[in-house]
Amino acid sequence: MTEHDHDHEEGSPLAETALRVRALESLLADKGLVDPATLDALIDTYETKIGPRNGATVVARAWSDPAYKARLLADATSAIAELGYIGRQGEDMVALENTPKVHNMVVCTLCSCYPWPVLGLPPVWYKSAPYRSRAVIDPRGVLRELGVELADDVEVRVWDSTAELRYLVLPERPAGTEGWSEEGLARIVTRDSMIGVATIPSQTGKPAGGAG
Amino acid sequence: MNGIHDMGGMHGMGPVEIERNEPVFHHEWERRAFALTLAAGFLGQWNIDMSRLAREQMPPAEYLGTTYYEHWLFGLERLLEEKVLVPGAELDACRRGRGVSQPVPTRPGLRVLRPPDVERALRNRRAARCDDPVPPKFKAGDGVVARNLNPVGHTRLPRYVRGRRGVVDRDHGVFIFPDTHAAGLGRKPQHVYSVRFAARELWGPEASSRDAVYVDLWDDHLEPA
Repeated sequence: MTEHDHDHEEGSPLAETALRVRALESLLADKGLVDPATLDALIDTYETKIGPRNGATVVARAWSDPAYKARLLADATSAIAELGYIGRQGEDMVALENTPKVHNMVVCTLCSCYPWPVLGLPPVWYKSAPYRSRAVIDPRGVLRELGVELADDVEVRVWDSTAELRYLVLPERPAGTEGWSEEGLARIVTRDSMIGVATIPSQTGKPAGGAG
Repeated sequence: MNGIHDMGGMHGMGPVEIERNEPVFHHEWERRAFALTLAAGFLGQWNIDMSRLAREQMPPAEYLGTTYYEHWLFGLERLLEEKVLVPGAELDACRRGRGVSQPVPTRPGLRVLRPPDVERALRNRRAARCDDPVPPKFKAGDGVVARNLNPVGHTRLPRYVRGRRGVVDRDHGVFIFPDTHAAGLGRKPQHVYSVRFAARELWGPEASSRDAVYVDLWDDHLEPA
């Protein structure tokens, strides 16, 4: 591992990796195989346009509109497309409803498949060896570490994304949100709750951000 | 292949640590490696299953010692060489962080993704699902056994379910079969099912009697129980 001995110091292999990527980009651009402006557009898309706020909008709509929720659970691809979220790494979607008796969580043990159109690019922990190895054999232990304590009578379902299907967890709507607008609800939906490694706590105040 | 990437059920990898307010990328090179991989993929010289297979070729110690976008970079370099888009000597220079002063011309006729086409390209809704009228071998509720296959090539059948009994939860329809598609041996369209494996079937009597793992598997991965 002479070239990849990570110690995260200045002038370290990470800096070597940066040089390596720069050299490759330069070479591919010189050959006309990639357009650097295209790279900028791709990066901008996933840094500023596509992220977990999309998924939060889907969840808030499902909490607010029973007919939408029914469509989401029956055909998530179409229901999510209704809100405009389609495309790469979300071509075929499945929604999983968490209830007081069933807790769903999502992993990709073989690589790091993740529903990009609704959640954006995956976080480091989701791609990490600890999560990929442990989610299927010790889901309750992983959840406990992350602050989710499940009663013994709750069934845990772990979904391993081994095919081109992408999973979105519909978390339980917390108490104290009766009468909230979709915008107010969307603000409390977290990325991790839509992967199934977090729950959303009961709300005691008014929705954040004004009108709610 | 029984590679290090097939991590389900391994021990000793440490705790899961969630970074608060994590940025989408941590380094500028991650941005570029991500975008280079996507943009090069749009050249149409390989498919997503070939991309996964290329990353799986990373030596195990190196795979564990590097991060996600380094896996991507490794896979991209490998595909560029395999598909004869970039000579190995030029890639070696890049790996050492050096420029290539007079790169050999690449073959003509390749279609390069341009900025005005990015949005449309990313919103493409057709990927792995097929229209082929292939009949299903199983239906929801059927008992199945995951085959004990150990191919040296790419497979989406994880080791931890091989030889284990499960129940078909749902039929997702017809999809490309990655195990052949990655090897350039065709789409071999067939049904994909979510198969429910009881935690105790996978991990023994110490596991919860209620819990289960759902794995998406293809007809060729399964046989009747």
